[in-house]
Amino acid sequence: MKELIRQLVEAYGPSGYEAQVRALIEAQAAPHADEMRIDAMGNLIVLKRGSGDGLPVMVAAHMDEIGLVVTYVDEKGYLRFAPTGGVSPVTLVGSRVRFANGATGVIGWEKWLRPDAGASRPEIGELYIDVGATGRDDAPVGVGDAAGFVRPFEDLGQRLIAKSMDDRVACAVALQALAEIGETPNDLYFCFTVQEEVGTRGAVTAAYGIEPALGLAVDVTLVGDTPKARPMAISLGQGPAIKIMDTGMLAHPGVVRWMIQTAEERGIPYQREVLQGGSTDARAIQLSRAGVPAGCLSIPCRYVHTPSEMVDYGDVQQSVRLLVELLSREIAL
Amino acid sequence: MILETLSNARGVSGNEAAVRDLILEAVREHIDEHQVDALGNLICLRRARAPKAGGQPTLRERSLRVMVAAHMDEIGLIVTGINGDGTLAFDKVGGIDDRVLPSKQVLVGDGAVPGVIGFPPIHLIPRSERDKAPNMSQAVIDIGAADKSAAEALVKKGDYVSFQATYQVLDEGRLRTVKGKAFDDRAGCAVLVELLQGDYPVDLYGVFTAQEEVGLRGARVAAYRIAPDLALALEGTICADLPKEEGDDTSPVTELGEGPALTFMDASFVPDRRLLDLLIHTARQEGIPYQFKQAVSGGTDSGAIHLAREGVPSATIAVPVRYIHAPVSLLSLNDFDHTVQLVRAALIALQGGMPS
Repeated sequence: MKELIRQLVEAYGPSGYEAQVRALIEAQAAPHADEMRIDAMGNLIVLKRGSGDGLPVMVAAHMDEIGLVVTYVDEKGYLRFAPTGGVSPVTLVGSRVRFANGATGVIGWEKWLRPDAGASRPEIGELYIDVGATGRDDAPVGVGDAAGFVRPFEDLGQRLIAKSMDDRVACAVALQALAEIGETPNDLYFCFTVQEEVGTRGAVTAAYGIEPALGLAVDVTLVGDTPKARPMAISLGQGPAIKIMDTGMLAHPGVVRWMIQTAEERGIPYQREVLQGGSTDARAIQLSRAGVPAGCLSIPCRYVHTPSEMVDYGDVQQSVRLLVELLSREIAL
Repeated sequence: MILETLSNARGVSGNEAAVRDLILEAVREHIDEHQVDALGNLICLRRARAPKAGGQPTLRERSLRVMVAAHMDEIGLIVTGINGDGTLAFDKVGGIDDRVLPSKQVLVGDGAVPGVIGFPPIHLIPRSERDKAPNMSQAVIDIGAADKSAAEALVKKGDYVSFQATYQVLDEGRLRTVKGKAFDDRAGCAVLVELLQGDYPVDLYGVFTAQEEVGLRGARVAAYRIAPDLALALEGTICADLPKEEGDDTSPVTELGEGPALTFMDASFVPDRRLLDLLIHTARQEGIPYQFKQAVSGGTDSGAIHLAREGVPSATIAVPVRYIHAPVSLLSLNDFDHTVQLVRAALIALQGGMPS
């Protein structure tokens, strides 16, 4: 599964520009799909048909990653940009980015090493991308082109580091579960969504189209196990997290109960998650049409929304197990 | 000119009736159907028509449903209280920077009672305060009433307040500039009024939306009702092409006179790439100038429309407008005309269906 994760995290796919990631996922999902379609927003919806009287279940993992989009090319060929999604400027200085056409650049800061910078932190408006152009006319990209971060996938054995673990590791978990699930009574709609990082937009239209009886997002969550971290009862390596709430959603209590019971019955380690900051596609699914019972299976992740996000491989494998167990049987909330 | 009529009309978010009436009057003879929905959106349908120059119209199972939206509402103020001294407390409706409020002329309520947003003269402002942004949270509107009862005879709590500015032609030379109130988005409304007079191979749903400035509210329900195959939002957008400090080579967002501005991404949506490419291709083919809106800030009705039902491919085209979200704004009629031309040509280019 590590190779699948590597392929997915190293792919290019800032919000709104998910086509390359989608093509990878389509190829992986095809052998296990009864139907596949791409909706008007660009969501990839993979249906694995159930055998009996189960529920239509939507499982969402988002394809997009945080990134940057060019807003202006100046006379000297430097690119000004805006963030797509929650990008913190302190993670940017010296970072490398790549565009859809392969053009690569480094991010500079107007105040870098300038004596009057003092202790100030960079702001987006003070940063620029240097793509090695000598002027506006030979810049290899233009206004409106989007960039993703460049970082190789690093396998540390038990721990994995990469850009875009948020949320490609969940795409990998969903794909692996799709491959492992045999007979199931439920119609399973594995939905690989677009534009989550700019406001869970893809999930809004996908959920409307699917009209599921139950919604489950698979996403990463923050941890509290790093030096002087904001207190949070989630650690790397302690198993998948079952979301109770985040800033956008209170998970359906029946869904939470079902997830916890399944984990306990099958001897899968889990953690209870209360996330103070951020939300997931589950929020959009929950509010679709007349409302959908929804929850979220979270993979603990350090350094979320930096170019180097870290997950525990055991957590990833246990997440696959839990997802397979959840979806393979009749569901009674 | 319809832009002048609409710019001079008053229609702060939630109170669009006067603007709606004027628009309906202007388009009525050109449309096949219209309705006003529960939120006050004016939905006009001009059905697909056969091309004029000979030839049989292509038979299709059904015509493409294209929603073109422009919002009727403008930013403004609302009366929240009448003070003992006859002045009016107010709140803002839509995004307004405190710095544009001091000493501005306004019109209050259905009776258009004139007033001024009170602000002390320079003589009374300590030197240390002069280079700071004023805090307008305690500011009042002065309608010249002697006391509370005199004010109550003229206005009431909940009255809408619009800025007072009259449409005026400025430069009649190369840029053909005009100034007026609420070009965001009466410019878009006026473009749409012009478009509804043309013939297209698609069912054109011209939607004049309500309450865009307070959260794209009208467009949300209109898109749900229409369930369009694709959508375009017409806007008046940021133009900041003003002189900068030397060496400051940063984005002007748009430039006046350089043509309609196409959005590649904003805070509310990412346009459908096929539609954006169609607009670019059409502009190049027709020799119509265009530019990109070189910023990601702000949102438009597309933000609500593209999320309707199972999703609607959407794009936004805007007339560059200097000084939006302020009492008076300025645009170039060249940009206005080019916007009409570009959208008209793009609608005709949809003859073959949704571009791939």
